[in-house]
Amino acid sequence: MTKAKRNRLIYNMITYGLVIAAFIILQSMVDAKTITRSLKGQLVPICAWVVMAVSLNLVIGFSGELSLGHAGFMSVGAYTGTIVSGWMLNVFDVQDTTLRLVVAILAGGLMAGLAGTLIGIPVLRLRGDYLAIVTLAFGEIIRNLVNVLYVGIADGRLQASFLKKTLPSQAIMLVDGAKGAVKIKPISNFTMGFILVMITLIVVINLINSRTGRAIQATRDNRIAAESMGVSVIRYKMTAFVTASVLAGMAGALYGLNATTVVPTQFTFNQSINVLVFVVLGGLGNILGSVISAAFLTVLPELLREFSDLRMLLYAIVLILVMIFTNNPLIRDFIGRLFQSLRRRFSHGSQDETTGGETK
Amino acid sequence: MKKVLALILALAMSLAVCSAFAEDTVTLRIAHIGPTTGAAALYGLATQHGAEVAAAEINAEGGKYRVELICEDDEHNVEKAINAYNAALDANAQMILGNTTSKPCEAAGAQGYMDRVFFLTPSASSTAVTEDKDNVYQICFSDPNQGAASAEYIASHNLGTRIAIIYNNADVYSTGIRDTFVEKAQEKGLTIVTESTFTDETTDFTVQVGEAKDAGAEIVFLPIYYTPASMILKTASDKGFSPIFFGVDGMDGILDVEGFDTSLAEGVMLLTPFVASSEDENVVKFVNSYKEAYNEIPIQFAADAYDGIYILVKAAEKAGITSEMAYDEVCDLMIAAIQEIEVDGLTGHMTWDSTGAVTKTPMAATIVDGKYVFED
Repeated sequence: MTKAKRNRLIYNMITYGLVIAAFIILQSMVDAKTITRSLKGQLVPICAWVVMAVSLNLVIGFSGELSLGHAGFMSVGAYTGTIVSGWMLNVFDVQDTTLRLVVAILAGGLMAGLAGTLIGIPVLRLRGDYLAIVTLAFGEIIRNLVNVLYVGIADGRLQASFLKKTLPSQAIMLVDGAKGAVKIKPISNFTMGFILVMITLIVVINLINSRTGRAIQATRDNRIAAESMGVSVIRYKMTAFVTASVLAGMAGALYGLNATTVVPTQFTFNQSINVLVFVVLGGLGNILGSVISAAFLTVLPELLREFSDLRMLLYAIVLILVMIFTNNPLIRDFIGRLFQSLRRRFSHGSQDETTGGETK
Repeated sequence: MKKVLALILALAMSLAVCSAFAEDTVTLRIAHIGPTTGAAALYGLATQHGAEVAAAEINAEGGKYRVELICEDDEHNVEKAINAYNAALDANAQMILGNTTSKPCEAAGAQGYMDRVFFLTPSASSTAVTEDKDNVYQICFSDPNQGAASAEYIASHNLGTRIAIIYNNADVYSTGIRDTFVEKAQEKGLTIVTESTFTDETTDFTVQVGEAKDAGAEIVFLPIYYTPASMILKTASDKGFSPIFFGVDGMDGILDVEGFDTSLAEGVMLLTPFVASSEDENVVKFVNSYKEAYNEIPIQFAADAYDGIYILVKAAEKAGITSEMAYDEVCDLMIAAIQEIEVDGLTGHMTWDSTGAVTKTPMAATIVDGKYVFED
């Protein structure tokens, strides 16, 4: 095993280990009922945002394309997931919530993947700023489409329209235009959220460490060099983009089915920027960083709740401080050395339990 | 030494006061949830302040019931609404005055339905807020009622027959009112000459106002919030277009928009249950204490929430709620009690049925000299 390979392995093990440890701790707190309602209510959203951040990191950090429409894919997933779940319940009378959830998440991923493919074909031929602008526009288009989308169940089948009056009036509405997806039966749970996070990590980490992943990173580092080496830039960028949109769609389905209602305004451009902030704060190309920053920044506003109106101000200050600290050469050096000593201990075979502490 | 003595004495006195109350007073822990930051903050702050004024009055009166207010911010966001709701229950709230805005109230109310938490919303007006739930009650009119009431008001007061509508098609509140308005208007023989839409991000209303002007509208119906409304009024005045602008409760607050020339709002009509310039004794008292505390004239949202606290206390009295009861026990008792009480509040005489909707008469006000004045 080469040194670089071993480094990577340790880093990946820390990533998986930390997520599993966090799950076990939080789940046992839930079981022991020692968890606050406030934190318990955020567990599923945290999982969804972690998946969003990790998948966006694949596009931004590894394929080097600035996508500003990630929330659009999430909304495709959220709407598809809620529709599929409502459809299964009302038409096929599927009472098994786990089955509904799994099918809904898969369907959400599939639809978002389709949307990603459709948008990716023309868009990934663009470069730099243009790609950012088109993805931004795409996110807005999706949002405006679902704003006038009406889906209901009537006569025992699913019916959809962009005009409410074309649906029979006795239809059970699943998606009601600007009112969003309504009367959702919340079926998401933390375990499924955790599984989704693990799947995302496994997919993304294995992808970037594969031959495809190296090609993706090559197109990021030097497009011309990669092309001259025979790497098909569009194809590899598509792979990253579509994978990310599938994952975002799955996160969307999980997120949508955690609430009783989902509105298009939850998936605005601002939300895409929010996910971008998670990624940038965690570090471009740093998977563990994305996980930690997404979880941290989702919980942070709630931790600051007692400061009421000063909350958003403090949030911004914390963001700035974290940015400054993680970019401070002294601190980077310190973390680097910690990591090194850890690696030495690993290679000497002495296990150390404090591995989670210094992975910021 | 003197200081220490004084401190001890003061402490002893306050303890004595506390224990005197503790014998037969009941403290209701009511959580106010609304957007106190973000785009809809004006509403959330108004309801919070209104509730605070009412709570202070009740506590100063020293009756059997006292109110401990727990305030949480939902940022007018569905995800945050659930967080705020959970934070309120973590703080041991027994019942909830909220949420101020519709969509957050729908989400939190549904969660409350599963957990058994009683909700009384001052101003969340969408029908989805109360639909399929037995735990959510409204103080304001629901949206369909507002749209229908506006059309009825326009028809019965012969304000005009050629109506243009400008509404936000990305907003539940706006589309909800628009739908029932159109339905009722057709029934009443009013003509909708044009309808134009915008979304939350729109900042230029030249096209929408232009359409209304070209269609020769006598009345422009604006079932929207005050911020876009202020821009529409500005654009209309620039174009020399002066129909009657008719708004609903979201228009309330337009006189407080920063940098807005309030003379543009002269003659604007809106459906509202409360005007601060009224000479009603209770309204004067409320407006004065509100002004004293927050140096602002209260809008109807504040009055709704002020009524809300009194309604909750009255219902709690009827239901026999005690300080020790947990939220799930309180919920069913409150549901039964609120249907039996009648409240004469600042916003009218109110009763409730099991649907959660309130019964009261609609009223419309006109802006004259920078003030809301009731029409007869």
